[in-house]
Amino acid sequence: MSQNNKTHYQQLSSQMEPKRPLLINCFNAFWIGGLICVVGQCLQWFFIHYFDFNEQTAGDPTVAVLIILAILLTGLGVYDKFAQFAGAGTAVPVTGFANAMSSAAIEHRTEGFVLGVGGNMFKLAGSVIVYGTVAAFVIALIRTLLAQGGIAP
Amino acid sequence: MIFLWAFIVGGLICVIGQLLMDVGKLTPAHTLAALVVSGAVLDGLGIYERLIDFAGAGATVPITSFGNHLVHGAMQEAEENGIIGILTGIFEVTSSGISAAIIFSFIAALIFKPKG
Repeated sequence: MSQNNKTHYQQLSSQMEPKRPLLINCFNAFWIGGLICVVGQCLQWFFIHYFDFNEQTAGDPTVAVLIILAILLTGLGVYDKFAQFAGAGTAVPVTGFANAMSSAAIEHRTEGFVLGVGGNMFKLAGSVIVYGTVAAFVIALIRTLLAQGGIAP
Repeated sequence: MIFLWAFIVGGLICVIGQLLMDVGKLTPAHTLAALVVSGAVLDGLGIYERLIDFAGAGATVPITSFGNHLVHGAMQEAEENGIIGILTGIFEVTSSGISAAIIFSFIAALIFKPKG
């Protein structure tokens, strides 16, 4: 009986769930995400032409500037308005990572600067760092062992 | 021309993220974790570097490049110092991004009050 209720509930809830406008969401994510990357490309071009960076090293200041901009916009409350509209378009670029960290830090400041800001800053962004690091470790380990075994270049 | 490819490739990576959220019904945290891991895997296979040559910031700005940079730093140090280099080098390249995010998030928490 309870099993029956459960499936009935799932049917009901999937009927009631608002249809996500997939095409429009994807379109918005595409052009806003693309635009953020073009801003990054402009910054990169700027750093290469006006400072002593090359294609390899220009990524660092570019990412740093994008992160600072995103944190400033988050503090002013602008980024989250964009994010509601753009979905993954603002979440996937590195600016979304900065937004996740700064909004967690600002939100929890009422709990104090050590337990609130310090303890919660990585609440949302932590999963990215943890999974990125573990995956990178495994992959680098495999590649290093293969290279030492003389199998891969 | 690189600006156009940056727009297209960067936009497409965001669309993949949107599809994971809408069709795959993943939370944003799951989506970002999946993208970072795929960036790391693509770099392990030597593909991501070619994408960066081709699309510039279109490949370095999305969060997938974080995974790529983690593997890159680890591999660089590992070539010089052996296995221990993986541990010492993993944050070598991403350090500027993570440090900037921590430092300026902290400053933002000092300045701004939560809204709503």
